[in-house]
Amino acid sequence: MLKVRSLQTFYGRVRALDTVSLSVRPREIVTLIGANGAGKSTILNSISGLIPSREGEILFQGKRLNGQPPEEVVRLGICQVPEGRQIFQPLTVLENLELGAYLRFRKREKREIRRDLETVYALFPVLEERRQQISGTLSGGEQQMLAIGRALMARPALLLLDEPSMGLAPRLVLEIFRTIRHLRDQGLTILMVEQNARAALKIADRGYVLETGRIVLQGSARELLDDNDVKRAYLGRDYREFAEGRM
Amino acid sequence: MDLISELTQYLISGLTSGAIYAIIALGFTIIYNATEVINFAQGEFVMLGGMVMIAVDATGRFPLPVSFILAVSSVTLVGVVFQRLAIQPVRRPSAITLIIITVGASIFLRGVAMLVWGKDPLGLRPFSGVSPIAVGGATLTPQSLWVLSVSVVVMAGLQFFYKHTITGKAMRACAFSRRAARLVGISVDRMVLISFALSAAMGAVAGIVVAPITLCGYDVGTMLGLKGFCAAVLGGLGSSPGSILGGFLLGILEALGAGLISSGFKDAIAFLILLVVLFLRPSGLFGPREVKRV
Repeated sequence: MLKVRSLQTFYGRVRALDTVSLSVRPREIVTLIGANGAGKSTILNSISGLIPSREGEILFQGKRLNGQPPEEVVRLGICQVPEGRQIFQPLTVLENLELGAYLRFRKREKREIRRDLETVYALFPVLEERRQQISGTLSGGEQQMLAIGRALMARPALLLLDEPSMGLAPRLVLEIFRTIRHLRDQGLTILMVEQNARAALKIADRGYVLETGRIVLQGSARELLDDNDVKRAYLGRDYREFAEGRM
Repeated sequence: MDLISELTQYLISGLTSGAIYAIIALGFTIIYNATEVINFAQGEFVMLGGMVMIAVDATGRFPLPVSFILAVSSVTLVGVVFQRLAIQPVRRPSAITLIIITVGASIFLRGVAMLVWGKDPLGLRPFSGVSPIAVGGATLTPQSLWVLSVSVVVMAGLQFFYKHTITGKAMRACAFSRRAARLVGISVDRMVLISFALSAAMGAVAGIVVAPITLCGYDVGTMLGLKGFCAAVLGGLGSSPGSILGGFLLGILEALGAGLISSGFKDAIAFLILLVVLFLRPSGLFGPREVKRV
């Protein structure tokens, strides 16, 4: 569904991505894990068209995405839930959701949009309760739900999630991840960047490990969860158990 | 005339010019929100509105409403062309580069207007009658009523646009975060184009309704633009309600100052207010109230 081939991206003269190749198959949850600054978000932003890539190729359902502006990427069916949610804070919850379907409004799909709004409300009932509220006043978890809901309103085929658990209480992280898995079960394909590698790998099918702009490891989520290097480097909480040979 | 009716008179003229300032300030705000640029050619949109209206009306071929539409649409076109030719092609645009371009555009438009219409200011017939209406002890000209009602319609229309159309909502989203707006598929370039069109149209409307009260010449845009800018800063750059309030406040203060102190101070008052605001409260009355949650 999505193929990234030897992608190279630079910030000025600094190389952010070094020949990154990865693929996402339909109805898969693929996660990118790695330390801060490893280039995880850069990959998502290159796919979304926010950052130009110098070399390599991004293919989505056979179409080249390189050089396409973000709005064209959305039109083709890829939606990003950006890091830090980036909801439109001065606007109401409902307006945020409507703007998620911005391109479809311009295609006059009013009835389908209303139906999708109901679907999003069913997924996140709190958004319906607060639909007239200014979205900047929502709690962190609610904002994350809104950001995901907004992206769903575009009816994407591929959802890009950038740090969906960031800054959320553990109970909410669980809820968000459960929702993500539910979305996959409904037929959505998901590429997710996460700091919380353990939680991400638990719901993912496959994963890629990034280090300073390169993919150093890839495999099924199970393999990565069991991999000693991954455990030591990214599943920090269990490091002690690991060292004491309890795993 | 006793003091009360004198004050009423100042209030009326203050509200009239305030309405004009408010519309011009809204023009600044629209473009500022989309691009973070102060469009110093805003006053020239106002001037062009008046001049084109006068020119179209002078042909004697069209009724006033038709001339009005013709004038507004041609100035809107100027705004669009300006954005496409001078703003959009700039590579790696920084706010300061773009602002200087708008200053250049303003000088250019003024020059063209001078060549086309000459240096002498021209007048426009009032929209309806000249017999003043008595309000309390003061008088109100029908044209003032036109100014006030047209500006109310324009402001309400703009509010409607922002709150109830998807494009208006997209513009608000874009003003908050261009990056997030792009991620939902909003074309920022399109929003910028619309903002120039809208802003030029608003300027034109202001220029047209004020033309019968003050004469309109190639150089009226400078002062009107600056007053509108003062109003926008007073209200808080980027805020629509702020621009409206700032415009009316500026108009009233100016009228009171001119009436009670000396009419020689009329223009100085606007700039005095601008300085005071910039010193004491640079964010203006309705400065950016950001709802932030950490």
